[in-house]
Amino acid sequence: MTTPHGAWLVAAALWPVLAMLLVVVSGGRHAARITLLAMPVGLVIALIIGAHVLPEGAPLRYHLGGWLPPLGIGLAADGLSAIMLLTTAVVIGAAGLFARADFAPAAGAPATRTSLVFWVLLLAVWAGMNLVVIGRDLFNLYVALELLTFAAVPLVCLDGRKETLGAALRYLMFALLGSVLYLLGAVLLYGAYGTLDIGLLAERVQPEPAAWLAGALITVGLLAKTALFPLHLWLPPAHAGAPPAASAILSALVVKGSFVLVIRLWFEVMPGLWSVAGTQLLGALGAAAILYGSVLALRQQRLKLLIAYSTVAQIGYLFLVFPLAFDPAVAQLVPGVALTGGVLQLVSHAFAKAGMFMAAGLIAVALGHDRVSDLAGTARILPVSLFAFALAGVSLVGLPPSGGFAAKWLLLSAALGTGQWWWAVVIVLGGLLTGGYLVLVLMRALNPPETPLTMAKPVARSREVIALALSMSALLLGLLALGPLELPPLIGSGAVPVAGP
Amino acid sequence: MTTVTLFGLCGSVLVGLGLYGLLTHPQPLRRLIGFNLLGSGIFLIFGVIARRGGTAAVGGDPVPQALVITAIVVAFAATALVVALLLRVFTPEQGSS
Repeated sequence: MTTPHGAWLVAAALWPVLAMLLVVVSGGRHAARITLLAMPVGLVIALIIGAHVLPEGAPLRYHLGGWLPPLGIGLAADGLSAIMLLTTAVVIGAAGLFARADFAPAAGAPATRTSLVFWVLLLAVWAGMNLVVIGRDLFNLYVALELLTFAAVPLVCLDGRKETLGAALRYLMFALLGSVLYLLGAVLLYGAYGTLDIGLLAERVQPEPAAWLAGALITVGLLAKTALFPLHLWLPPAHAGAPPAASAILSALVVKGSFVLVIRLWFEVMPGLWSVAGTQLLGALGAAAILYGSVLALRQQRLKLLIAYSTVAQIGYLFLVFPLAFDPAVAQLVPGVALTGGVLQLVSHAFAKAGMFMAAGLIAVALGHDRVSDLAGTARILPVSLFAFALAGVSLVGLPPSGGFAAKWLLLSAALGTGQWWWAVVIVLGGLLTGGYLVLVLMRALNPPETPLTMAKPVARSREVIALALSMSALLLGLLALGPLELPPLIGSGAVPVAGP
Repeated sequence: MTTVTLFGLCGSVLVGLGLYGLLTHPQPLRRLIGFNLLGSGIFLIFGVIARRGGTAAVGGDPVPQALVITAIVVAFAATALVVALLLRVFTPEQGSS
């Protein structure tokens, strides 16, 4: 049944598309203006949905055309969707403001094709993300995932250089493999249970080979899009080669879209289908991603590649949720402290990584390069950007009072609470390694330059402030979780009380 | 062997061939063909599922057919995007030596 205010979900899905059509029709001259005007409205829509969903925890629902599942397509926003809608609106808005200097044609100058394409793709990523987090029909979600991929891939190669084109091609190949595996899984589920609606599937799915095979196919497909180790190979060149504003949304949002669907599949569609082994395997891949990504980040010579490998590692933390949320007593995944920690990690990493990529982009503009070994003097010429970088680092390492700290604290307490100490070791070790590569960058940047530095290109203070604001949001998220906090149910029903650190 | 089983097996073989090609070939164009084979296999399996879900009155479950059309369009768009990227990657840049 469509709930009151459910129509806001349609607005969330359609508003970015509407803005995108306007941009295409009006041409490159007004692209930036229309996009930047559309963003506050989109944020308000996300806030309205959040205000309805988050306090009570009752999801909003909308059934397209009044058709109920299994034939009709449903949209719904639960706590997780509302949080993702808000995060997306904020990060996309910040990326838009940040990108104005790069992609808005200067007064009098002709509009370029690249600038038009950038704004269209930015809005398309936004539309894709919103659809992915509110969709309730597996096939509809497949189309949404594809929209997201088709918008994200060209963002990688906006500058048209051979390296970035190659990186985009590699990204697209991994993503396509992921989507066909997902589609095959969805098809098998339809064949076995006659529906693609998440709610109906949850009632009908039985522990049997068809469901296991479909679940495994969908999971592997989504992992390829989320870039979980060992399917991460496409991520570093793609995220490091994109323009800074694009890197920010690719790392902060796009990989999280497919992760949200993994959560939906494992926690909502088939929570009782997985054995200890399945959840431990996902956790082990996450742990491998944390260690491998961090060690490779330590060895990078280029700042943007270092940050991209750090994304590989931070994605690993998200997958520790699965072994930690598995309750052997009832033999199923239970949303609780671990899931809350995972979602907090998702949001705080989104803000921190967006801020960090933007700060690194500004450093690269000002210095004319982004070699880690030659960062000396950055603190003198770009103190605000470096501060933004450092604050984002605080959250990635997981130092108090950041959102990253609260997330890792919740994961740690879940690990110790369920007696799975080995995940606690990984979390702490990952934090140490993260601290290692970030301190390495900061120490070099704080060194005085050997020869007086001049900026290769001036950097607007307003852009530094945007990066700083994002990093600051990641930091302040931790304060939300400082007191004992009553979180609304992220998925399912019933309030989940969570003790703060 | 019924027709449905035969088509189901054909679909499975296509999925296997496509997956093998997509995973093992280093050349992007061959991988693209693998992706399309794999996609066709999935569409065929979906068709089989539609047929199996049919009743005496209706020859087949119409829902998968509607979905397959959308999936074909999406796969076509993906193929076009890959080909466009391939052309950009392998066309020598004009004006550069």
